[in-house]
Amino acid sequence: MPDRIMFTMGDIASAEGALSAGCRYFGGYPITPATEIAEWMALRMPEVGGSFVQYEDEIASITSVIGASWTGAKSMTATSGPGVSLMLEAIGLAVMTETPLVLVNIMRGGPSTGQPTRGQQGDVMQPKWGSHGDYQIIALTPASVQEMFDQTVQAFNLSERYRVPVFVLADETVGHMRERLVIPDEKDLKLEYRKLATGDPADFLPFKPDDDLVPPMALLGSKYQFYATGLTHDYRGYPTDKEDVQLELVARLNNKILHNADKIIDLERFMLDDAEIAVVAYGTPSRSARKAIKGAREAGIKAGMLRLKTVWPFPEDAIADLASEVKHIIVAEQNFGQVYYMVKASAAPTPIHLMAKPAGMPQLPHEILDKIREIDSL
Amino acid sequence: MSRYEIRIGGFGGQGVVTMAVVLGETLSLIEKKFVVQTQSYGPEARGGASKSEIVVGDVEIDYPKVMAPDVFIALSRAAYLAYITGLKENGILIIDEDLVEIEGDLPDGVNVYKIPATRIAEQEVGNKQATNVVMLGVLCAITKIVTNEGLRQRIEERWPRFKESNLKALELGLKAGEAALASQ
Repeated sequence: MPDRIMFTMGDIASAEGALSAGCRYFGGYPITPATEIAEWMALRMPEVGGSFVQYEDEIASITSVIGASWTGAKSMTATSGPGVSLMLEAIGLAVMTETPLVLVNIMRGGPSTGQPTRGQQGDVMQPKWGSHGDYQIIALTPASVQEMFDQTVQAFNLSERYRVPVFVLADETVGHMRERLVIPDEKDLKLEYRKLATGDPADFLPFKPDDDLVPPMALLGSKYQFYATGLTHDYRGYPTDKEDVQLELVARLNNKILHNADKIIDLERFMLDDAEIAVVAYGTPSRSARKAIKGAREAGIKAGMLRLKTVWPFPEDAIADLASEVKHIIVAEQNFGQVYYMVKASAAPTPIHLMAKPAGMPQLPHEILDKIREIDSL
Repeated sequence: MSRYEIRIGGFGGQGVVTMAVVLGETLSLIEKKFVVQTQSYGPEARGGASKSEIVVGDVEIDYPKVMAPDVFIALSRAAYLAYITGLKENGILIIDEDLVEIEGDLPDGVNVYKIPATRIAEQEVGNKQATNVVMLGVLCAITKIVTNEGLRQRIEERWPRFKESNLKALELGLKAGEAALASQ
């Protein structure tokens, strides 16, 4: 089949990316500005033999996604900040039971119900710290319609490979903007699927990891009998209050992500090679920054950008390297400062300047250019 | 053409977003330009000020929203007042003359085109909902940013059931736009 070309919005590109990745279950509750994902899935899922279910709320939605994943279906939901808030308890359950799933958050204005039709990047810390306990998740930050497709495919691959919830964190502008989208033939996509249990069911240990720290997964309805719980569990999956099991399990849930951070993290370096001032940005503000940097270069200022396509696990090493290359770092994000604190912790003692804007319009290109000029004149 | 910016404003229900989407589809899929289309609206289903925008160029578009429109099409007074700010000097302002009056100062050298688009849709096409397609014809005639053939092709692909009335609306818009251009 030749490539399919559409002029469509980021939300729909994400839904198409999920379908191309092999997603065959969507459980959700519509919410602006993610509604178009649910609408598109309701149309498309029956065409590919998958299931779409609209639930009574977000809690039912996310728990259905966990259950569907355990039957072997690549599964997802899509929501916005208020919906993620309701889902956080179950996201912890998915982390603890090592359930592959993808959650797309089209970020709108907050706190609370905030501004439904306006964009923001206020939910960057939420997936990492919102559920209780020590855990790692993966979160990707696309900046274009094509990346909404590409990074949703990638989200499924990472979630299957590491058996972990993966977030696609897109601001409303990226979710609702329309651009050209090229959907490649599925045979040209590299798709991953979870390692499945093998061997004698009598000897099966559902949470005994391989060397990569990820245990092979047994599916509901297969010949393997198992128990999966949010309680701290041993290799058999049985709850325990033993300290050594708790220490090993928490370390493994974190390390299976942290030890593979270099394989997960995706960054774009833009005009950085000789840069003295670097902008760190993601999503729509990175597109403002790109324009601002072109303007700065025309004015003879050596500016560049490190664009984060992954925010979790946080690219601490890349930020530390950047800090040793440049004199100043500007963090431009559509919130009151979130990634800023991570950059600050990773880049000390290089000066870090925050451009915060917790509102619907991102930092404008000329605003970022003015900031670059101001810092260049220091 | 590195970057050309179009802003369309009206109230919810006038087809402001659809107009930009059809224009974007034509420019992107048929005329192979780089295009980003965005919109901004409130929580209401109908009414309220609604805005849609197109940025088009021969190179990849970095910042996706309109900064200073080359063209502003206003279909309601509220949208005119809310979104007139930023129109470029020597830019193009197209208004539905039955719904919008020029108020306040305009930037230097702005060319104003007054078109009764809603009246044309209602009386000559027989369907007020065709106002946005009339305006697409007007935009095509005045700015040449998109071709008549491209728009015709996209309309035929997009609305097979309503092809006739939409092509008629486009044709009437082109004529109205050409007449407005000639009388400048």
